[in-house]
Amino acid sequence: MIRVYCHGYGVRTPLGNNAGELLQCILEGRTALKLHTGVFGCPVPFVASLFEDRASAPGLSFFESIAVEAAKDALAGTDSASVALVLASIKGNVEKIGGEDVSLAASARRIADALGMEIPPLVVSNACISGLAGLVQGFRMLRSGRYSKVLVLGAEVQSKFIVTGFQSLKALSMEQCKPFDAARDGLNLGEAAAAILLSTEEGPWEIVSGAVRNDANHISGPSRTGEGSWKALCQVLEGINPEDLAFINVHGTSTVYNDEMEAIAIDRAGLADVPVNALKGVFGHTMGAAGVLESILSMLSADRGVVLPTRGFSTLGVSRPVKVSASASKTDKKAFIKLLSGFGGVNGALLFRKGGER
Amino acid sequence: MKHAVIPSGASLPELYRSLAGDYPKFFKMDTLSKLGFLLAETLCKDEPGRFTPREDRAIIVCSREGCLANDLHYAASMEDFPSPAFFVYTLPNIVTGEIAIRNKWGGETSAFVMEEFDRERLSELAREAFQDKCTRSLFLAWIDCPSDTEWVAKAWLIDKEEIENQILD
Repeated sequence: MIRVYCHGYGVRTPLGNNAGELLQCILEGRTALKLHTGVFGCPVPFVASLFEDRASAPGLSFFESIAVEAAKDALAGTDSASVALVLASIKGNVEKIGGEDVSLAASARRIADALGMEIPPLVVSNACISGLAGLVQGFRMLRSGRYSKVLVLGAEVQSKFIVTGFQSLKALSMEQCKPFDAARDGLNLGEAAAAILLSTEEGPWEIVSGAVRNDANHISGPSRTGEGSWKALCQVLEGINPEDLAFINVHGTSTVYNDEMEAIAIDRAGLADVPVNALKGVFGHTMGAAGVLESILSMLSADRGVVLPTRGFSTLGVSRPVKVSASASKTDKKAFIKLLSGFGGVNGALLFRKGGER
Repeated sequence: MKHAVIPSGASLPELYRSLAGDYPKFFKMDTLSKLGFLLAETLCKDEPGRFTPREDRAIIVCSREGCLANDLHYAASMEDFPSPAFFVYTLPNIVTGEIAIRNKWGGETSAFVMEEFDRERLSELAREAFQDKCTRSLFLAWIDCPSDTEWVAKAWLIDKEEIENQILD
């Protein structure tokens, strides 16, 4: 059986470009979320985590530029020609729609070329679980034996297209979001790029298993029974005793329905005693980047023996007794689950374990 | 391995009436989702035990342009009154959700974007999907739909054993 490990990583976020410093920001309770008025030509103000410096590299869009920068950090010292690229994004260059080719296929080609990657790239565009689904895809490509290294690169930038769309669905909060809190009333959007280099060579963290399941219930609302998320959780739990989990890093968008659904799925899976944390209160919902970015921060925090706090959470506001971490706590456990859900009824779970722990 | 094609420019309402007819939500869908829905109807309408919930069939939809046709509709609406009805279809994987809901398939669903139709790469994606031990059957489609009038839409229904050592028909 081929095993898959996480090696290099890179991040670009409005709070910083160094994952270690970003972790420090989270521990200090900082956030990049603030009210934006008149940005992107949006008629209604919104709270989001946005880059201030929006300079692009020559020949690349801003979206592609931050993706390339995060990827370079993850690839440092690796011969990129033989690395396969899996790009995870929902909307890519959509801000330019109507004129040029805004396809994710064209963006992936430009990103691969800028990085000197010679294998034709693949894009995963599986709604809000894209980053996690990209890691599942990279994991499988390595397990197939056809590749030795895969770079999974999640990236998303915001635009009038996305912001007005979420506003039309009444999904955005006008305040900083409050995952799992009784007063939560919507999500905040965010921008980020994050990359993990996966390899079959032994490394610091192993991806043990991943699963994607559909609710088969509704295209824009989560299942009331947490069906798909529960099924994905049950699948990855076959690889671990729940007592060995340091935490579950959940989606935690801070919408009423998402957080309730995740609480139901976690409770149904028998994980109500495992600490739960969510990072959307720090840098918002970074869409296609979320699965990669939040996995990187989860690995780094577990390395330091820390369960990260859930910024914005104070009073439990879901129907199941899940153990949401309001403040940072210590852990000596060496495994965690990353959980995400998205439009289209799609849900995903990934199990990470410290290398050499089995 | 079963295979289905919907010719570019075919009348989708007519196809819907001949294949299904009992699912008015069809008319709310974007063209990408309509094509995915009709491909699944073509391949599965006579299947024994149809609509019995199952988790062992995965859905993968691949394309170059994702949901571009619908994105253009949303972008036009956003200048006056942003339309939530268009916005919910601005994700390339909504088609997989529509097929999952219609058929009660609660297994894996994925949407991929790549530069061109590549039979070998799609076969590889299928084998990779079967690494999930829950997955025994796969609905795999290539639906490239840059506008509401022109498309390439084809799909395969594949059992795990059928793709182990070969590429798509």
